[in-house]
Amino acid sequence: MSRTALDLPAAGRATSSPVLRVEQVQLGYWTQDGFTLAVADASFEVAQREKTIVIGPSGCGKSTLLKAVAGFIRPTAGRIEVAGRERLAPGPDRAVVFQEFDQLFPWRTVLDNVAYPLRVNGWKRRAAIDRAREFVELTSLGAASHRYPHQLSGGMKQRVAIARALALDPAMLLMDEPFGSLDMITRARLQQELNRIVEQTSTTLLLVTHSMDEALTVGDKVVVLAGSPSTVREIADVRDVGPPDSPGYAAARGHLRDLLGVRHEDGETDGHGD
Amino acid sequence: MATATEAVAAPTRPRAGGWSKLPVWMRRAILVGALVGGWQAYVSFSEFGGNPLLFASPADTGEAFLDGWRDGSLARATWETLRILLMGVGIGIVFAAGFTLFATLSQIGDDILTLLTAILNPLPGVAVLPLALLWFGLSTNAILFAIANATIWPIAINLTTGFKTVNPTIVAAGRNIGLSGVRLATDVLAPAALPSAITGLKTAWAFGWRTVVAAELVFGVVGGEGGLGTYINNAKLYLFTPQMFAALLTIAVLGVAFELLFGMLERRTIVRWGMQRS
Repeated sequence: MSRTALDLPAAGRATSSPVLRVEQVQLGYWTQDGFTLAVADASFEVAQREKTIVIGPSGCGKSTLLKAVAGFIRPTAGRIEVAGRERLAPGPDRAVVFQEFDQLFPWRTVLDNVAYPLRVNGWKRRAAIDRAREFVELTSLGAASHRYPHQLSGGMKQRVAIARALALDPAMLLMDEPFGSLDMITRARLQQELNRIVEQTSTTLLLVTHSMDEALTVGDKVVVLAGSPSTVREIADVRDVGPPDSPGYAAARGHLRDLLGVRHEDGETDGHGD
Repeated sequence: MATATEAVAAPTRPRAGGWSKLPVWMRRAILVGALVGGWQAYVSFSEFGGNPLLFASPADTGEAFLDGWRDGSLARATWETLRILLMGVGIGIVFAAGFTLFATLSQIGDDILTLLTAILNPLPGVAVLPLALLWFGLSTNAILFAIANATIWPIAINLTTGFKTVNPTIVAAGRNIGLSGVRLATDVLAPAALPSAITGLKTAWAFGWRTVVAAELVFGVVGGEGGLGTYINNAKLYLFTPQMFAALLTIAVLGVAFELLFGMLERRTIVRWGMQRS
């Protein structure tokens, strides 16, 4: 019993309506000095089962954009539609994996952290635990299912967060630099595992990152956000760039680097650097 | 180079002496034994300690303790004190919850709580007792008022701090899975604030305990039954020194018992969940 909800309509070819439509969205925040515009104008779409990466330098407002899609903040202009409806409040149809390790409930075990959100959303106890167990297995956490979050490593905590989000069978999975606080070995491993899990569950993904390698290894499509306040510079299809050592990958990476205005390789720690 | 590192590292290692190798219970038993031995030595060898009207020996104290529990007088006094204490702390918790709600929901509520806590928290619990006697008369209500005043502020201020400092990511995660309003408060905010709540409760319990015993000492018997403070006071009137020691011993034993109880509560919750602040 994997995903019935997403398998039903237009299996595979999602030509009709996108899962997410971001239309001329403008975002900002209030500080002591007044209103600061973070995102001046962002428009893009995410089709069903598409893995979309929003990439940009620190402070370009990409996390703010993800928070707006999640419903935590409202755009000052523009429209955000999920499955054709405007969404202005947080909800389990847009399950979020945050960057912070402490996003899990410390007073619940791994299994319970995954099962509890299901209970909140109307699942019966037995069914919730069965489904939670399935997703704990899917994220290779079976052996740790009765541990509490403080007994887990950072990478394991992020796996639990992924399991918790996916068990809810969301219309889309939102990830805010989910591997940003991990060491590069764990990060590379989790990126590969994320690819496997997302394939297996046919998840529609929107992931925010500042890592070009993460964008190219995980993404089907990359939305490049840059400037201050930022705008969408380009929307690139990176489905066919090939493995990290291929010429296609290098070309795509060079192109991204130009768009982001990176002159030297300094910030990247993914281990794919040249 | 290696020897230098070892020389630096050595002092940080736990001492390998015999004492720390003993199990905890044995270390405690030896210390208690030494304490009682010192007590007995004082009784045996000092002039003041040897006067049974002024100072009770361990044996006399033990006897008075057992007699008091056997004939029910200490048990009744203990129960009376605990009953008033529980009621007082209960009232304190209710009011503290109200203040916390007010302070969490509005800025003015927060300001009022901060001001009242700054003024009233440093007051020793018994300091308000004369006023309470004036307002409520010579009654249990006066003691309850004093205990409630001693317990409201530590609970309220700790709870408010606890709610204010709940990790925003956890709240965001709670809202993301579909929680809001009361359910968000009971299922996410409350457990997240539990470490502070327990700290507040422990402080309030200690304050209340001091206040109730002191209040009983100040005005003795209320109604039919007196508490431990009354028991000590009466024993003093008749120079039943071992009984005074026995009542103090009871208070000490209860203190240790509640300490263990709170410790157990912490181990089953916040320690187990890795949330204890140290």
